[in-house]
Order: sequence, then structure tokens, then C-alpha cells
Amino acid sequence: MIDAAFRSFQAAGPMEQFEILPIVELTFGGLDISFTNSALWMTIGVGLIVAFFYAATRRRTLIPGRTQSIAEILHEFVANLVRDTIGHDGKKFFPYVFTLFIFILVANYVGLLPSIPGAPHELHTFTTTSHIIVTFALAMVTITIVLIYGFAKNGLKFLKLFAPSGLPIWLMPILVPIEIISFLSRPISLGVRLFANMLAGHIILKLFAGFVIALLGAGGFASVLAIAPFLGSVAIFLLEFLVAALQAYVFAILTCIYLSDAAHAAEH
Amino acid sequence: MLSFLFIAAAEAAQAGESAGLPQLDSSTWASQLVWLAITFGVLYWLMSSMFLPRIGAAIEERRDRIADDLDKAAESRRQAEEAETAFNKALAEARAKAQAVTAEAREEVNAEIDAMRKDAEQSIAVKAAAAEDRIAKLRETAGARVKEAARDTTRAVVEALIHESPADSVVDAAVAKAAKA
Repeated sequence: MIDAAFRSFQAAGPMEQFEILPIVELTFGGLDISFTNSALWMTIGVGLIVAFFYAATRRRTLIPGRTQSIAEILHEFVANLVRDTIGHDGKKFFPYVFTLFIFILVANYVGLLPSIPGAPHELHTFTTTSHIIVTFALAMVTITIVLIYGFAKNGLKFLKLFAPSGLPIWLMPILVPIEIISFLSRPISLGVRLFANMLAGHIILKLFAGFVIALLGAGGFASVLAIAPFLGSVAIFLLEFLVAALQAYVFAILTCIYLSDAAHAAEH
Repeated sequence: MLSFLFIAAAEAAQAGESAGLPQLDSSTWASQLVWLAITFGVLYWLMSSMFLPRIGAAIEERRDRIADDLDKAAESRRQAEEAETAFNKALAEARAKAQAVTAEAREEVNAEIDAMRKDAEQSIAVKAAAAEDRIAKLRETAGARVKEAARDTTRAVVEALIHESPADSVVDAAVAKAAKA
């Protein structure tokens, strides 16, 4: 059995878990928009969130039950985050920040679930946030909102973001380009941070798991050594458990900070 | 163990070279973006239009209820305090009234006692005066009788001594003289 597992692992490199496999082939205007394993896990994530919040808000009671308490704690957590970073103007962004936070959080966590043994490859557990196109798209949504809201609220004064008042004229040529570059790198850093964390975490998990299988497959004394990478993978898993929540939080709080810039650009 | 890491990393790199990073395969991007837009959009719609307002309302309702209850408690307390002041006031009034009634009753009783005492004193004084009168009369009559007895005795003694009855005036003078002495 170990031999079979070993062989199947050898066939699956550490990158295979990131492969996009179509489940239902679809094309639209020449574009491949198949329902893939990525789409499946996005749907699973959203389905879980919706099911949870449906259960939590079905019967609203004055003294909350368990699910309602969790939902309220999440609500208050994000509401406080938005209020503390953006201020009074943040209220209208609360649904977006909350959706973003809970979407990334659940996507990160369902990606840590073990695959059902023997399931076909396209049904293996998949982390949608380990793909740069997804995280970058989410980052671009944030930046687009920042740009639209920033110009709508402050007009051209939004550009003061790049030239804070009270800045000596001779510093302008140096600081303004730096500010512009820093602004432009925001969507990239926001997207790449989440993607890279998920990618690296899952590769390391897979590598450690691979060592366990390889050592067990080698037999003899080497099999005893398998305990070391096994403990290692447990430790990495715990770390990933933390990272999954942390990255969702970081994404949400950075979104809030950028929105706060847009809300208060004219005051700079 | 470290060597294993290197071997695996090398294998991973090889796998990456041969198949390319799945993340960089742009043929899958359209599908991912479309399904991200659909799932994220549906989630945003459900969250913003249904779930978040519901949770917010539940929290708000609880906050209102707590504030209401606190208000009610404050109101009850104020009422209790009012009732206490009213009670204290009533108690003080009752006490004052009781004192007034007591004082009145005492005065009445005192007046009655005074009147009774006066009556008694008067009747005693009348009786005492009557008694004194009687005593004075008795004394007078007693004095006259004593004089009479003295005169009789004087006359009898004189008659026995000189066998001669003295004149009344002489006897009177002699008795008066003796009484003065």
C-alpha cells in the first residue's frame, strides 16, 4: 500500500496541486471559461459561507446561539477594523471588506482540507488563493474602488496623496515619483503577498509529505526516520493554519488602509 | 533531511520547468476570473443585502434593548427614590401630627387636672373656713362659759368664806383682773 502511495506521489509533483483541471468544459466568445476545480472550490467556499450565515441569521435571538455568536463576532471584528482604519466614511465599504475577508479566509482554510483518498485529480482539494490571477484580481478590485472613490470624493485633490502638503519644493522631484511607484505597486504587493504565502505553504506541505512517503517507501531504518518530516509537516500545517487567517486579515486591513487614503487624501 | 529538501526542491524545479507553473498558464485565467467574479459577486450580494444587515440589526437590537433596560432601571430607581422621599415626608408629617396630638392631649389633661385641683382647693378652703368659724365660735362660747364658771366659782367661794353674796360687778371685775393676770 505504501508502495502504491509512493508511486502515485512520484507521479504528482509538488506543483500538481496547483493545476487547473476542467470539470465542465465551457467556452464563451472563444474564451475558455470551463467550470474547473478552481471554480468548484470557489463555489464550495462561498457555499460554506452562505450556509453558515444562513444558519446564523435564520432565527435571530436577543441572546445569540453559537452560530449567531460567531457571525456577530466576525461582524464586529470587521466592523471595528473598518471603523478604526477608515473612520466614519468606512461604513459603505464594510460589506466589501467583510466579503473580501471571509472569502479569502474560507478559501485559505478549505485549501488546507485533506483530499478525499482515491478521488479523481480534478476533485482534489484546491486552494483558489494560491493562483496569482485570483489574488491579483481581488487586489485590482480594491485598487479600482480606491481610485474611483478617491477621485469621486476628493476630485483632483486626490493627487495630493502623491504630494503631501508641507513638503519642501526641492523634495518634490524625489518624493512624488516614490509615492507614485509605491501607489502603483500596491495591487502587485497585495496580490503577490497572498498568492506567494499560499503557494509556498502548500509546496512545503507537499514536500514534507513527500519525504514521509519516500522514507517509508525506502524501508528499513529509513522508515523510522520518516517521523522527522512527519512532525515537520504537522508543524508546517499549524503554521499554515495561522497564515491562512493572517493573510486574510492582512488583505482586509490593507484594503482598509488604502480606502482610508482615498477617503482622506484631501486632508494630506 | 536537508539533502532531501534539496532533492525535492530540485525535483520541484524540474517539474516546474517541464510543465511550467500552473499559475502562469494564461489559458486558465479567463475561467478563473469569470468564476471568481460569479462566486465573489454572489457572496457580496448575499452578504450586503441579506446577512450583514441581519447581523447588524440583531446587534443593534440588543444594544437598544440593553440601553432601554438601563433606562428603565434608572427610571425605576428614580421612582423608588421618589417613593422613599414621599415616605420620609409622610413619616415626618405623621410624627409631627402625633406630637401635636400628644401635646394637645397633655394640655387638655393638664387643664382638667388644674381645674380639678382648683375645685378641690376651693372646697377645701370653704370647709377650712367653716371649721375655723366653728372653732372660733366654740372658743368664744368656751371663754364665756369659763368666765361664767369662774364667776360662779368666785361667788360660791366668797359666799363660803364670808357668807355674803358679792355684787355681780365686783365679781366680774375680780374675774377680769384674774384673767388678765
